[in-house]
Amino acid sequence: MAMVGKNCVAIACDKRFGVQALTLGMDFDKIFPVNDKLMIGLAGLATDVETLHEKFRFKVNMYKLNEDREITPKTFAHLVSSTLYEKRFGPYFVDPVVAGLNPDGTPFICSTDLIGCINFAKDFVVAGTASSMMYGMCESLWEPDLEPESLFETISQAMLNAVDRDASSGWGILVHVITPEKIISRTLRARMD
Amino acid sequence: MPANLEKGGFSFENHTRNIQLEQRGHKPPKATSTGTTIVGLIYKDGIVLGADTRATEGPIVADKNCEKIHYLAPNMYCCGAGTAADTEFSTNLISSKLELHRLQTGRQARVVTAMTMLKQMLFKYQGHIGAALVLGGYDLNGPQLYTIAPHGSTDKLPYVTMGSGSLAAMAIFENGWKKDMEKEQAIKLVQDAIEAGIFNDLGSGSNVDVTVITKDGVEYLRNYGKPNERGQKENSYKYPKGTTKILTSKVRDLVVVEDMDLS
Repeated sequence: MAMVGKNCVAIACDKRFGVQALTLGMDFDKIFPVNDKLMIGLAGLATDVETLHEKFRFKVNMYKLNEDREITPKTFAHLVSSTLYEKRFGPYFVDPVVAGLNPDGTPFICSTDLIGCINFAKDFVVAGTASSMMYGMCESLWEPDLEPESLFETISQAMLNAVDRDASSGWGILVHVITPEKIISRTLRARMD
Repeated sequence: MPANLEKGGFSFENHTRNIQLEQRGHKPPKATSTGTTIVGLIYKDGIVLGADTRATEGPIVADKNCEKIHYLAPNMYCCGAGTAADTEFSTNLISSKLELHRLQTGRQARVVTAMTMLKQMLFKYQGHIGAALVLGGYDLNGPQLYTIAPHGSTDKLPYVTMGSGSLAAMAIFENGWKKDMEKEQAIKLVQDAIEAGIFNDLGSGSNVDVTVITKDGVEYLRNYGKPNERGQKENSYKYPKGTTKILTSKVRDLVVVEDMDLS
């Protein structure tokens, strides 16, 4: 899940790793940094999460070497999109969420579906098994121009309460808030069942 | 994966694996589709295209204000219904091809050219690329309007509708369309048709986008009609600081402060 605030963005994920109903790990981080002001969250099949993370890392490094500059959030979103659409008829089972700050400091979030259709949102995006619950939470809790600390509380509560109603999510939550000055990363106390 | 070996085209490397996964009960995430009402009509001086702005993932509204009228060329636009990624990528691909074609020939691209490119591509993929399109444009042959179905069949008609809301929209067109309408009349009819889709079809919703294409250029009227504006929230649900119990906290400073010797 990702949310827009006032000159900041927040991105959050749960930390469960499991095979359908069997939980195997409780420290599976699903959010990966792309550069200082950009992160990608990948929900879905763990093998694909890992594969795509490596693939994006490779492509972003190649972009940096070729262009001699950092990739912008918008460009990165299109990179994700075309990487996924290449596998239109044998897709990766993932739901990516991108969150970051544009070079001018304005917030950027988007999500794509498993075959790369981008959804540019101005408020919040959600992905994964608890998405219907997260939509409900975000729709009621989110409001425009939240300051970093308020944004943290809002996304944390939205995430905690949504995930508690999904049997296959949970086991700890990780939240990152990206502001022009710093990145605040926090783990939350959550139900472990 | 050496970069110099990358080629164009689709990759099927996960296909067999995905079938196996599905047999073992692992369901793939749902793709975004645009249930959609899209329409187009020919009026006295050109074309009016219209679309709703809802994107769905199964029964969930994934995007309340998406753009379904895609740019093809300066004189051509295309509304897309069906699998959202497919409409987006096929229109983008044809748009690039049309630009290269324009540069190669030194002439403005024609609407039939775009139509033929799209139908040949969709037919090649035998309907697996789920894009249902309404293509409208103005070239030396005047205003032209086509529909292109996912399997590659096309229709050339003075007024067309597509998507899940096509029946509701067509009812409005059949009732109200006349030859050689004025611009205002035409836009009103398109808006009514899209609103019929928005209110009577569950796959369509939110706002009305309109694009007018004439000899002199294009008018893209994003969110021309907003029949479903959200009410103002009366209360704030902001949580006070410290509500959430934090286990660990890490701050990474992005601003590097360097001490300078000013003496």
